[in-house]
Amino acid sequence: MSQAVASPAIEFRDVSFTVAGARVICDLNLQVQSGEIVVLLGRSGSGKTTTLKLVNRLLSPTAGEVRVRGMQTSETDVIRLRRGIGYVIQDGGLFPHFTVERNIGLVPRIEGWREDRIHLRVAELLRLTGLDPEMASRYPRQLSGGQRQRVGVARALAADPEILLMDEPFGALDPLTRDDLQREFLGLQKKLRKTVVFVTHDLHEAMRLGCRIALMEAGRLVMIATPEQFLKSDNPWAAAYVRAFGQGCEPQSTEGTS
Amino acid sequence: MNVVRFILQNRGQVLELTGEHVWLVGLSTLFATLIGIPLGILIAHRPRLHKPVLTSANIIQTVPSLALFGFLLPVPWLGDRADRLAILALTLYALLPVIRNTYTGIRGVDPAVVEAGRGMGLTSSQMLFQVELPLAMSVILSGVRTALVISVGLATIAAAIGAGGLGEFIFRGLAMVDARVILAGAIPAALMAIVADLGLGWLERRLQPQ
Repeated sequence: MSQAVASPAIEFRDVSFTVAGARVICDLNLQVQSGEIVVLLGRSGSGKTTTLKLVNRLLSPTAGEVRVRGMQTSETDVIRLRRGIGYVIQDGGLFPHFTVERNIGLVPRIEGWREDRIHLRVAELLRLTGLDPEMASRYPRQLSGGQRQRVGVARALAADPEILLMDEPFGALDPLTRDDLQREFLGLQKKLRKTVVFVTHDLHEAMRLGCRIALMEAGRLVMIATPEQFLKSDNPWAAAYVRAFGQGCEPQSTEGTS
Repeated sequence: MNVVRFILQNRGQVLELTGEHVWLVGLSTLFATLIGIPLGILIAHRPRLHKPVLTSANIIQTVPSLALFGFLLPVPWLGDRADRLAILALTLYALLPVIRNTYTGIRGVDPAVVEAGRGMGLTSSQMLFQVELPLAMSVILSGVRTALVISVGLATIAAAIGAGGLGEFIFRGLAMVDARVILAGAIPAALMAIVADLGLGWLERRLQPQ
């Protein structure tokens, strides 16, 4: 077994996940290096979201092990593990009874930060995610889809985790807003250099955001490649994706790997 | 009007019986809330307990109220004082709406919100007190409101076992075949139910999640 000099931020070793006799994930081996964006691409039911939830232990592997920052997750305190990992889901998953400020400040607050420090951090994150400071006192239902998603990202970043898990975060947005958020997210990532695992079924999004694309099919990782390699690949699954959705991908791929 | 005159003439007793009624209803609803909400939370989180608990509460509710008061009479300590017994019986009746609404309210919280909270590392008690209960609160309160209104009516039967309350007028009036006496019990009880309903309805709207 080859051990990299610095241990990868996230590592799957022979991971399988079985539920009610059905294997949702089969012998998954994957390493995510610190500071890179790995996109999990695949159709619905291919196991992308399950893979993501195995990282923050919303699910536990039935075989194999998942390591985060070199530590096996099953041996880590689950609350500590999760607080060190930002989690963004579709439509934000914001708490409807909390204001934007309380939503963003949630993890810092339960981590016992002082109020003034939370306040400063929230203001900083609103700026960072392109939100008007006046939004702080609004409730999620008073925001547009794009704004809710920005708040979702801000909330995940609040306690400055090294790792971000993003589960189709931009999936419910209209194409123009999605384009804005993808661009801003890349800008943000240039500054913050988080380790990101990003789930999508959209090839364009994968090409644009991913340093590497991990293609999943029926619970298996069928290939992992940079966006350029992915386009040229003769892997039948990848080729099928490119045939179906590939038009206009080339110009964006350079942006994604910058 | 005859009834109004009768009530005014006997206002001392009307007030006293109303006080007893409030005591019976208030205490039993309080107990039902203190027992029912934790039970509702429990079955919302442990699906296996859901059926047995709700079925039991349902069965209690199917026992005719007069019979339930009677069943409890021979129980030691409890049977010594009619008001204890009445409060226990009323509590048992009030449990079902509280348990059921707590369960429904908590299960009704958007699963995406719960998952986001778990993913961010909320402990289960943080999840309960900061997310689930606040979001379920108006549904839970509407269960308490139902329990309260049912209890106001049911507590009139407590007079049959000598526990007092406005039922005394109703039973006495029935025995005397005097509508004024019946109404002297029924009207304050109805007013009490309306006030309770409006009051909790107002609270429920105040606590509606944003």
